[in-house]
Amino acid sequence: MATGTPELRDLTAEFPILDREIDGHSLVYLDSAATSQTPRAVVDALVSYYTEHRASVHRGVYPLIVEATDMYEGARERIAAWLGSTPQETIFTANATAAINLVAHSWGRANLQAGDLMLVTEMEHHSNIVPWQLICQERGATLAYIPVTDDGQLDLSAYARLLERQPRLVAVAHISNVLGTINPVAQITRDAHRAGALVLVDGTQAVPQIPLDLREIDADFYAWTGHKAYGPTGIGVLHGRRELLEQMPPFISGGHMIRQVFESSSTWSELPGKFEAGTTQIAQAIGLGVAVDFINALGIEAIRAHELALTEELLERFAQVPGLRVHGPLQAAQRGALVSFELEGAHPHDIGEILGRENVCVRTGHHCAQPLMRRFAIGSSARASFAVHNTTADIDRLIGGLQTVRRVLEL
Amino acid sequence: MDDQLYREYILEHYKHPHNQGTLEHPDMQAHDLNPLCGDELTFQLELDGAGRVKQVAFDGHGCAISQAAASMLSDELQGKTTQELLALDHQTVLDLLGIEISATRMKCAMLALKVVKAAALGHAAEWETQEAGNG
Ligand SMILES: Cc1ncc(COP(=O)(O)O)c(C=O)c1O
Repeated sequence: MATGTPELRDLTAEFPILDREIDGHSLVYLDSAATSQTPRAVVDALVSYYTEHRASVHRGVYPLIVEATDMYEGARERIAAWLGSTPQETIFTANATAAINLVAHSWGRANLQAGDLMLVTEMEHHSNIVPWQLICQERGATLAYIPVTDDGQLDLSAYARLLERQPRLVAVAHISNVLGTINPVAQITRDAHRAGALVLVDGTQAVPQIPLDLREIDADFYAWTGHKAYGPTGIGVLHGRRELLEQMPPFISGGHMIRQVFESSSTWSELPGKFEAGTTQIAQAIGLGVAVDFINALGIEAIRAHELALTEELLERFAQVPGLRVHGPLQAAQRGALVSFELEGAHPHDIGEILGRENVCVRTGHHCAQPLMRRFAIGSSARASFAVHNTTADIDRLIGGLQTVRRVLEL
Repeated sequence: MDDQLYREYILEHYKHPHNQGTLEHPDMQAHDLNPLCGDELTFQLELDGAGRVKQVAFDGHGCAISQAAASMLSDELQGKTTQELLALDHQTVLDLLGIEISATRMKCAMLALKVVKAAALGHAAEWETQEAGNG
């Protein structure tokens, strides 16, 4: 029988997919850090848009358009208010990757010069490395890495030394999707600003997991993705400082993002429209607004407490599994609700396969963070991550599954 | 109780792979990886005077399926010519493994074959350019 933690009631009934059985095994979904499952309320919002309100937004005056536009802009307003941003500074994108690419292309192309330096960290997801590599190559700028210590923290003294070289921008994950480390992004931003650098925070893992206020962090750009925050796929958000967004040239251009189009030149819409070209992800944005309502109704503090309790329990249980090694900080309080691990003698693929037979879903592979994996000399690892619907019973199933792994592989 | 996938002989090859290591003077070699799971494999082959494989070694890391496939395939290469190496195909590996391979694990099973053929092909390509240069 599923049980919640004292912090959060049992939410299994809110997620239709959790009824899915495979070979008689109920679903234990421990891969929300890859993509979260969808609450019924979000599915209902998508169906409602498609069956009752579907129309384009901002492109006419008939009642359906007014409804759809209100739903779309209402989602933006609620998301902005929730995170401490403003609607003008909240841009809908396709995902976190597209949000980071927007900044790399628009800000990067207009501002990076030959010989400039910019920083990323060794624990970034590929989406916060590769766009910067490409733009640095194009502009003749240099990309340097803030190193990670053996216990999975950013090396802040190395960071201080890198800041002396006056980088233009620092790109850093709020929570590492491999190590789970929660990085001190407010402090990192303060130090960067003092050194004259801008900051982009990849908040993809943080937004659904921990309380945060963008005004406190004070980063210039904050990117995240909807599909890991109980929202639909195909929607992400970029929050940016208004003065910067106003100066930046458009990235994708075409319809909606213009004010006036002449034969040989055009002028741009006000924010945020300037960065939302074409018919955007209307249903997905509306769905993400409802996902944020879902999070708010539970309370992000309660969600954090619930997932922290599960992470603590998982770390304790993992410590008793022979041959199991955890990556990243060993204190649950220093990490998000995800734990990457290796089991001696068992390749992560085999772990994933054998757990999968019992309908226990964990991520396996390099987690789109090859520089980090190389730093720790790991070929690949397995990762369990939590969401609001997980329970201690899920941990029991994972630990039981790992016993099966040991038995099948004769470890 | 024998597992359908992780059969006793698969685990035996996985835990005690044949021909694992490196060669001092390989005539052909190739390295490749499976970007999805981070598996990596290098195969080295040494030929005798008649152009037949005399020694084989492979190195790398991967899941039980990819490692067992590499070990089993390495046993098959002795005495083969480059042309015979190039004639090896998926079925060769599937027959060696003797288990059902799902679509998601096919890349693991076939990595060794891909690397062996790349080694042979690199060598064949070298011959071709040499021949072209001479002609
Ligand atoms: C830390 C981090 N950043 C960025 C991304 C990319 O998100 P998306 O694929 O939705 O653009 C991910 C997800 O895989 C992630 O975990």
